[in-house]
Amino acid sequence: MVLASDPAPELSVPAPLSATRTLLSARLRTVREMPLLAVAIISILCVLAVFANVIAPHDPTLPVENIEPAFFAPPMWSEGGSSTAILGTDFQGRDVFSRLVHGSRVSIIVGLVGTLVAAALGTAMGVLSGYLGRWVDTVIMRITDAWLALPALIFAIFLATLVGPSMWNIVIILGAVFWTRYARVIRGEVLSLREREYVKLAEVAGASKVRVMIRHILPNVMNTTIVLASLTIGVVIIAEASLSFLGVGVPPPAPAWGSMLAEARPTLLTGRWWLTVFPGLAIMLVVLATQIMGDWLRVKLDPQLRNL
Amino acid sequence: MRQFILRRFLYSIITLLIISITIFSLVRIAGGDPARLYSEPGAREEDLARLRAQWGLDRSYPEQYFSFMANIFKGDIGQSFQFNRPVRDLYFQRFTASLQLAGGALIFAMAVGIPLGILSAVKLNTWWDSLGKTIALLGLAIPNFWLALVLLIVFGLYLDVLPVAGKGGFSNLILPCIALGWYFAASFMRLTRSSMLDVLGSEYIKLARLKGMPEYVVIGKHAFKNALIPVVTWAGIYLVLLLNTAVVIEVIFAWPGIGSLLFSGIFQRDFPLVQGAVIMIGVLIVLANFVVDIAYAYIDPRIRLTR
Amino acid sequence: MPPLLKVSGLKTHFFTFRGTRVVKAVDGLDFTLEEGETMGLVGESGCGKTTTCLSLVRLLPPAGRIVEGSIEFDGDDLVQKSIGEMQNIRGNSIAMILQDPMASLNPLFSIYTQVGEPAYYHQNLRGRTLSTRVRDLLGSVRIPSPETRMKEYPHQMSGGMRQRIVGAIALAGGPRLIIADEPTTNLDVTIQAQYLNLLRDIQRETKVGLIFVTHNLGIVAKMCDKLAVMYAGRIVEQGNVKEIFRNPQHPYTRALLGSIPRIGSKEPLYAIPGQPPNLAALPKGCYFHPRCPEAMDRCRVDEPPIYAPGDQWEATCWLLDGQKQVARQVEGVAS
Repeated sequence: MVLASDPAPELSVPAPLSATRTLLSARLRTVREMPLLAVAIISILCVLAVFANVIAPHDPTLPVENIEPAFFAPPMWSEGGSSTAILGTDFQGRDVFSRLVHGSRVSIIVGLVGTLVAAALGTAMGVLSGYLGRWVDTVIMRITDAWLALPALIFAIFLATLVGPSMWNIVIILGAVFWTRYARVIRGEVLSLREREYVKLAEVAGASKVRVMIRHILPNVMNTTIVLASLTIGVVIIAEASLSFLGVGVPPPAPAWGSMLAEARPTLLTGRWWLTVFPGLAIMLVVLATQIMGDWLRVKLDPQLRNL
Repeated sequence: MRQFILRRFLYSIITLLIISITIFSLVRIAGGDPARLYSEPGAREEDLARLRAQWGLDRSYPEQYFSFMANIFKGDIGQSFQFNRPVRDLYFQRFTASLQLAGGALIFAMAVGIPLGILSAVKLNTWWDSLGKTIALLGLAIPNFWLALVLLIVFGLYLDVLPVAGKGGFSNLILPCIALGWYFAASFMRLTRSSMLDVLGSEYIKLARLKGMPEYVVIGKHAFKNALIPVVTWAGIYLVLLLNTAVVIEVIFAWPGIGSLLFSGIFQRDFPLVQGAVIMIGVLIVLANFVVDIAYAYIDPRIRLTR
Repeated sequence: MPPLLKVSGLKTHFFTFRGTRVVKAVDGLDFTLEEGETMGLVGESGCGKTTTCLSLVRLLPPAGRIVEGSIEFDGDDLVQKSIGEMQNIRGNSIAMILQDPMASLNPLFSIYTQVGEPAYYHQNLRGRTLSTRVRDLLGSVRIPSPETRMKEYPHQMSGGMRQRIVGAIALAGGPRLIIADEPTTNLDVTIQAQYLNLLRDIQRETKVGLIFVTHNLGIVAKMCDKLAVMYAGRIVEQGNVKEIFRNPQHPYTRALLGSIPRIGSKEPLYAIPGQPPNLAALPKGCYFHPRCPEAMDRCRVDEPPIYAPGDQWEATCWLLDGQKQVARQVEGVAS
């Protein structure tokens, strides 16, 4: 990744050891330079998502028992709150904290897998388009341009009403909506890679087109794909939340952050602020963390510092 | 210039064709039975059969596509069963309300984003720059619907100074415009900043300084005009986006615009309405892109004066 | 009467990485320029030529700062001037011509606006007087039919014409000093020659002082009265062009002169060995010693003083040891 930027220290140790040492120290430095807050937020989110069953004190889909009041209990530090439901309960008496914890699963799965689908599809299309050129390029790029013209949210809404709400449908839909961004950037990258010496050399040596694409082109666009992906995760998470908020995302009673906000809306003006504030805060923190992480990765992996 | 317009025009037509093919084939691949999609939920089987015959759904796909396109060209983008009226009429009925909201949001976004972008570029690596970058980051990270809800709680409920829903006077516009314009303010900020940085690093700005002109002339006259070209052309596209994608904000503020229309389509499973609105939005966006390209060419003498 | 320009002990350093790294781009320059005189400033890329020019007009990038020395222009020290005072001097009595004619004109403003600006801001010309002035300026740089041309935009001009327009902008304020930073590098050879002739004619007419930055010694021979050779932020040799060309004293000057192809010569071209110096990590002693073919032990330890091999002639090299030294000394040679 970003190793070997350090000149080897002049030590009287055998070369291999000093090499590993440089490697190790470079790696350590990379870790130390990471934006701490962002890393912390992302790690906490991952832990929450993986161990949701253990961490959440209540079932996210069932009302909390033995709590007063039965519905709309405020957070524990407010007047009338109890420690049974630390962040309060919602209109069905369900524990907000437990729903948030389980909701992180939805956000992470949709965010990661949706991004992965988009990145894989987009990178493949970009490589094909850029390397093969001719009519393949024309067709893929025309489709990319046309799909980019449709606003992402509107396109996603259209697809979601078409196929009906479910979490995995949303993953596919968001993948289908967002791949075009990768395709365009990767294609540009491939166009310049195609002219490089080692690619020419492989071609002269008789490597097949498939082999050149997989062995020589793909590894060289991976950095760009990773940077783009880290910057789109946040957008995908917000898109999922928007769809869930509109009722075409993850169907109830599954605890998605977007649906939690939608459920909070009818009682918004009755002062039950905790139903609105916490899910939104969760979305904001996660997106903020992925954005900061993405910016950091861009600086690390993309020395030209383009505005992707 | 004429050749440029012609090429752009052709390009827009191709884009529209691909969008129409996309919509047409997605409905048939992913949607299952179009007759069921295009009619009320729970319609009787004999009614569906009648619809299939009436819409020619038994014919081949190319034939179906041809009539689909013919209808679009005639301006018929479907009939909403919920309102029992053409989607086109419904769309334009909501247009003014959406335009008000979009215009307000655009003004807010530009008023916040452009000065901030210029400041953070001119005062690079200072306090102003950090403020600008923070706002750019928050603009992406705060979902607009959450911002809307929080604004409602703070200004509508606790401070009780602004109306919380519906269309009315100027004060009804303030909260939805801020909530809707927020993301775009951050976009304008980033766009202005990077465009301004490009320009400030250019040789002609160096020459302008070498002419001994005061700094406000260098920035305000030479840099500003050049930096603003990409920003202003984006404003046109943003307006069309704001006009059509304000679904969540319009729902939250009960604003009777295109977004609410689309939402009622989703909510009532009124598929013809959703599809019609998407087609309409696609056409408008492609049109806006076309107009903006031409406008860009017109502002920039490098393109304007070459034939 | 004081010389037009007298630069003494000028040091411009760049402070990067929050001041943790200092790059001494210009490190102790001394030279003078009389009215109507042309000085060639030569050296490899990155030796501080451009930084010198920008220091003279005080338009350094944010990381750069003049840390020492004075720039006396007409007896006034430019280093002490305020921002407002400098604005009155720039484009008025000091003008500068930049390298890239394609990029130094603003694509969105007409030639008229851009050429007229110095006169508009410094001489307060307006309306008819201004347009007459612009027309005359364009005429003086030999732009054909200036009346129509001035309504046009930069992209409608050829490269040579744009560079002449940049020249017109430089002349607009009626300057007494013009700094030309490699003004011909991006031009075709024939246009280069035309442009140089134009500059020389203008200089003869207006008696303007000219600093000509280039790495083309052929141009120096043709255009300049004086020559200053820069290496790693310092002038290693300066003096009369003819004298230096006939008998260069510093090994670096010799190397530069040896790398010009001569028609009819069968001798191989001389290439300077090694890489241009890294200004952030300069060697001890004479900065040139790692690449110098005549380096002695002493060169690796002590910095050489300035010797005067002739009248108005200075060279900084231990090879001249024993000759007359110049009283002003390079820092660090106190012994």
